[in-house]
Amino acid sequence: MSLSRILRIVLVLAVMVMGVGVMTPAAAQGDNTLIMARAVDATGLDPHTQTAFASLRLLELVYEPLIQADENLNLVPALAESWTFSEDGLQLTLNLRQGVTFHDGSAFTAEDVIASLARILDEATGSATRTNLLSIESMEAPDDYTVVLNLTLPDVPLVAALSSINTAILSSEVIANGDPTADVVGTGPFMLESWQPEEKTVLKANPNYWGDGPFVDGVEIRIIPDEATIMAALRAGEVDFVMFNDPLIATLPVGDATITINRAPEISYHVLQLRAAVEPLDKLEVRQAISCAIDRQEVVDVAALGEGQVTGPLTMPAWTVPLDELFCYEQDVERARELMKQAGLEEGFTLPVIASPSEPPSALPEAQVIQEQLKAINITVEIESLEFGTYVDRWLAADFVGAIALNGGRPDPYPMYSRYWQREAQFNNVAGYIDDTLDRLMKEGQVETDPVKRYEIFAEFQRHLAEMSPWIWLYTGYTYTGQQAYVTDFIPTPTGSIYYLSQVKLNR
Amino acid sequence: MLRYLAQRLVAVIPTLFGISLLVFIAIRLVPGDAITTMLGTEAGMLTETQRASLEAYFGLDKPVIEQYFSWMSRVLQGDLGYSVRHGKPVLTLILERFPVTLELALLSLIIALTIGISIGTLSAVRHNSMIDLFGRLVALTGLAAPNFLIGTLLIYTLSVYFGILPNAGDYTDFTENPLKNLGQIIFPALTLGFSFSASVMRTTRSAMLEVLGQDYIRTAHGKGLRPRAVIFGHAVRNALIPIVTLAGVELGYLLGGAVIVEKIFALPGIGRLTLNAISQRDYALIQGATLFIAFNFVVINMLVDLLYAAIDPRISYVSKK
Repeated sequence: MSLSRILRIVLVLAVMVMGVGVMTPAAAQGDNTLIMARAVDATGLDPHTQTAFASLRLLELVYEPLIQADENLNLVPALAESWTFSEDGLQLTLNLRQGVTFHDGSAFTAEDVIASLARILDEATGSATRTNLLSIESMEAPDDYTVVLNLTLPDVPLVAALSSINTAILSSEVIANGDPTADVVGTGPFMLESWQPEEKTVLKANPNYWGDGPFVDGVEIRIIPDEATIMAALRAGEVDFVMFNDPLIATLPVGDATITINRAPEISYHVLQLRAAVEPLDKLEVRQAISCAIDRQEVVDVAALGEGQVTGPLTMPAWTVPLDELFCYEQDVERARELMKQAGLEEGFTLPVIASPSEPPSALPEAQVIQEQLKAINITVEIESLEFGTYVDRWLAADFVGAIALNGGRPDPYPMYSRYWQREAQFNNVAGYIDDTLDRLMKEGQVETDPVKRYEIFAEFQRHLAEMSPWIWLYTGYTYTGQQAYVTDFIPTPTGSIYYLSQVKLNR
Repeated sequence: MLRYLAQRLVAVIPTLFGISLLVFIAIRLVPGDAITTMLGTEAGMLTETQRASLEAYFGLDKPVIEQYFSWMSRVLQGDLGYSVRHGKPVLTLILERFPVTLELALLSLIIALTIGISIGTLSAVRHNSMIDLFGRLVALTGLAAPNFLIGTLLIYTLSVYFGILPNAGDYTDFTENPLKNLGQIIFPALTLGFSFSASVMRTTRSAMLEVLGQDYIRTAHGKGLRPRAVIFGHAVRNALIPIVTLAGVELGYLLGGAVIVEKIFALPGIGRLTLNAISQRDYALIQGATLFIAFNFVVINMLVDLLYAAIDPRISYVSKK
């Protein structure tokens, strides 16, 4: 047999194998099952301890909190139909929804609410959200469908804290006799059938769901670790619905009428954190100079290809203040130089900044744009690119001078910033700055019940923060999902929640 | 022969022990642990008691030395530990993922050897011809183009121009549906195989050129043997040693998982399993997986040595009395 003949046979075989592979029909897709793809999987199944966005995106389909933030960040009923504070604000009464059942068929009652909140408050659980519930002094259930929380202070933001999936209601039976880190028994629109970490999660529709929907038989969540491949799978019609983290991929010109990319402004914010506890950032003028020297819009345009909006400290539409009320939100290099001169640092200094390349994907470009911009005031930014675990470790130990971060937003300003800008707060040392005004405004904001006065408190809080410039707030991005044209009724939310998959219809 | 094998196997033990110790220490020197990687900065919201409770859950509460010895003693009993994150024994996880990696490795090796040896031989035989030039061009492209580029281009072409993507996160086992499985694995195998075929081609070409210049080849030609018989009967076999060495090392690497290709093509192989374990500081899984990978590597090296004897009768592991 000649060599060329061998080659020919090999080629024919190769083509045949490829052809076979190509012609194999796509997975037998249950006609009414939504096939979804995303890059990152949940890190665990316990809603009380999981804090990663990737985990919440799965758990919010299965579990429900008492209250929910809707697509406009309004707090709307979920497992609680209504809630009222007593006159003095020291009692929060929750009226529970009746006729709700858990996935195992047991009825949802006040007992489950008390057991769940008690589990979060129990230190042995290791729930990071416990700090948001510390005002709860005791709980009682006058009847099966009423829960009264007795508080140590009029804690207005407690309602918002109860709207997080981290305060989801678990079955008291599972808490008492099961393993809540593995036994997934919720009340949500979907029931967990199987979870193969980093591969596939299979959810089935909850036939007894109290709300509207779900309108699909189930959801199959596949992990495709590379977002470019996710886009390819969407274009090839292999998946129905996808999630993107990287704006550079989500905004690739698709030019395909059968695909829709949903974009919703998110409340997470990109920020340059400066530690005012470290020289020379302890000088107000230096921090202000940095704030003035940075062109925030340019950061958005270059690092995120324009996919974002310049923001102040509060990112929720109901709480923002006009940007021109905030200190130096228009780049002013002359003023920045003047401020550096006042600080006696015209010669500049070196500013080390830590960043983690995938958290968010735009972290390094952001740092690089800022590096360029700060050259104008002789500040040399030294970028230190860290793997995420290392970044977190350094951040928690306050072992950094500057940091590029993407921080999560909350529907309510108090839980969003109480950990940073109060004396004795958990992350005040990491934040590296505090003054009496900030401390006072946070404390007033927590207990003020009048919405108009509360807005004013937090508006002043934002103006003061921008002026003191402990951090330089940059911009908010978007959450991206993509879907085939036959997928309808999905509502994207500013928190990135995909809870509204419960409303999705497939018109294949 | 058996004695040689036994000697080699005994030598494996200190190697694996050294690797286990190195990995054990290295992963603990890296900042961050299972708690900080799971919670991110939220880990800072935990009280002392809360943190202690989570450390107990992840098995981080014991002194490091104690952790090592208790792990080692379990390894010696064939238990590689338990991954809290996956909720499964480490060995089960590895054995679930290994068939994917093995299939990908073998298929890409077959592709690489087929392309590499054919073109390499042709190049050497038709030295300085158009075929040689073409062969060297292919080799250069294969060496220069990184996996992720070839892989991404393949995926882009398939999805945009042909409207297909054989593996959209629904990898299917060979035993379950062989055709679908082959369709899913052929493109990543081509990606890996093409890159590797370049080195095979270059090695084959230079080894063949050297052999073809030997006296015995001239003798064979002189005896009036047909060129085909000379090339396949005498030359290729003698040129195989460097190729087998190269293929053995490559196979060892491939069995450790082809992280980038696995990621691009969404294959659930050993590489992704290990990489995720590292980013989540899943100590038990990292240790188990690296030990497994190292073991494969050592065994393949041994097999390569044995192959030498099969190819070249002058090499023998039988002790001479």
